[in-house]
Amino acid sequence: METFYNVLIDPFVQMYGMPDFFLQVLWEGLVSGVLYALIALGFVLIFKSSRIFNFAQGIMVVFAALSLVGLHTFLVPFVGNEFVAAAIAMPLTLGIMYALAMSVERVVLRPLVGQPDIILFMATIGITMFLIGFGEFVFGGENKVMITEALGIPTGAIEFEPFGGFLLLEEKDVFAVVMAIVLVISLLVFLNKSAMGRAIRALGDDHTAALSVGISLSTIWVLVWFIAGVIALATGVVWGARAGVSFALEVIAYKALPVLMLGGLESVSGAIIGGIAIGLLEKVFEIYWGQPLFGGNTETWFAFIFALIVLLFRPQGLFGEKIIERV
Amino acid sequence: MTVMDPTLEEVKKRAEEREVLLDLENVSLSFGGVKAITNISFNIKKGEIRAIIGPNGAGKTSMLNVINGFYQPQEGVITFNGEKRKSMKPHLAVSQGIARTFQNVALFKGMSTLDNIMAGRATRMKRNMFWQMLYWGPAQQEEIEHRKKVEEIIDFLEIQHIRRTPVGTLPYGLQKRVELARALAMEPELLLLDEPMAGMNLEEKEDMSRFILDVNDQLGTTIALIEHDMGVVMDLSDRVVVLDYGRKIADGVPEEVQSNPEVIDAYLGVSH
Repeated sequence: METFYNVLIDPFVQMYGMPDFFLQVLWEGLVSGVLYALIALGFVLIFKSSRIFNFAQGIMVVFAALSLVGLHTFLVPFVGNEFVAAAIAMPLTLGIMYALAMSVERVVLRPLVGQPDIILFMATIGITMFLIGFGEFVFGGENKVMITEALGIPTGAIEFEPFGGFLLLEEKDVFAVVMAIVLVISLLVFLNKSAMGRAIRALGDDHTAALSVGISLSTIWVLVWFIAGVIALATGVVWGARAGVSFALEVIAYKALPVLMLGGLESVSGAIIGGIAIGLLEKVFEIYWGQPLFGGNTETWFAFIFALIVLLFRPQGLFGEKIIERV
Repeated sequence: MTVMDPTLEEVKKRAEEREVLLDLENVSLSFGGVKAITNISFNIKKGEIRAIIGPNGAGKTSMLNVINGFYQPQEGVITFNGEKRKSMKPHLAVSQGIARTFQNVALFKGMSTLDNIMAGRATRMKRNMFWQMLYWGPAQQEEIEHRKKVEEIIDFLEIQHIRRTPVGTLPYGLQKRVELARALAMEPELLLLDEPMAGMNLEEKEDMSRFILDVNDQLGTTIALIEHDMGVVMDLSDRVVVLDYGRKIADGVPEEVQSNPEVIDAYLGVSH
């Protein structure tokens, strides 16, 4: 009877009793949610245009963040100013992500065109291993601090008093949410309005047809891997600002897996809605169910269990296309 | 035969006077031990409608795939517009002016008719990637110009009413027409049609025949087509090449080919 009360009634009593705290929980969930959505978008873009599940997305986040911090540390003694160094390091890091996209296409993907999907998937595991090794070799394995201030990301906090209570929004979280929203919207506009975006959608829809109208595989692949790189950099900056820059950052990409299970690997809107939903739900579950009932730390597994339960009822995911095969 | 019909000699003479657009010389293609095409030579002349026929598995589609760069032949020389071709990629074929349609419609099913046809202009979009990512200024201007051209094609093929419809939901005959529209959007010099009338009813076939003739006539596009409906082939084409088991068994104007005993054997089988 007590368990019944703890599971089904008590959490809601608490939510109702302390609405300001509930808002705080929702906000924290939203912050992670938009970041999951952003990362999931990186997966979706690459999968749609090449049928490759990019295992390296996570390490790309680490690599981008490491490059940014590394370049910044390297540049500061030369230019003598933190902010100028950051202003130079940022475009240079973008350049590195572009070079990475080009090399991946040239060295890994192009020779494997036409091979089974699983081979390409394994190749991305290879890329992951390479980037781990290369990253440690160049930047060292120790943890680093994201150059939050030099990048001009605000670090204060905004306070509200909703329902006569107390709500605290960290400014860098606000920045993360705004940046993620801006990135997602510009990606959507790019995909739906521009000729390049149309080419990406076309390639995702029908490979042969896309080739026959003269869409070049290489150009589009470089482009989507670069976009994935930009997304990785953005995620690396804001997540690194919260948790520090280390190889452990890689796990944020695996948080996108349940998002993809939910949203479907091919759906852009699925990635966005799925990401936000998982971010919110896992936070709310952690606070109101996880900590009292399981002793906390449920965020590591909640999303996966949730996605599995959804898949039991909707095997194609929430937004995936139902495949009806004519036999 | 009425007086107005040109004689066989006249037809042949007219065909010979035309300039060669695409020339294939001793082309062979194999997949491992399977020989898809063996030592085939023929040409396609400017402004003609050239039919490629033959029983199933004769190598017709492989031939088209070689022409537009999906397959690389192991042997042989291909000359397009006077230029000898080295290695080939489909997108290069498009920028040289070769467009195609497929046996089983290959459209972007989730996209609208308009988007499908606009995608056909991919190689004609010259503004670089970063302008396009911004979708600003020159890129937007360019989009508008291309849109005009696409609207002309839509009018030409009478598909105004399905502009905004996702093509996956269209009936088969219309899908084939959208595919033709997309190929035309590339403004090709050579248009390859792989069974443009497969699975169509009589009325749809007549419409499609009319469009093919119009494209050839009004736009001056050279057309190479694979088709199984012999009535259509004989009516539409200026010259016919016949393949069987990856070899060429006949080549000439329709009347010649029709009366060729080897062709009749290939189609009807020989008694042994």
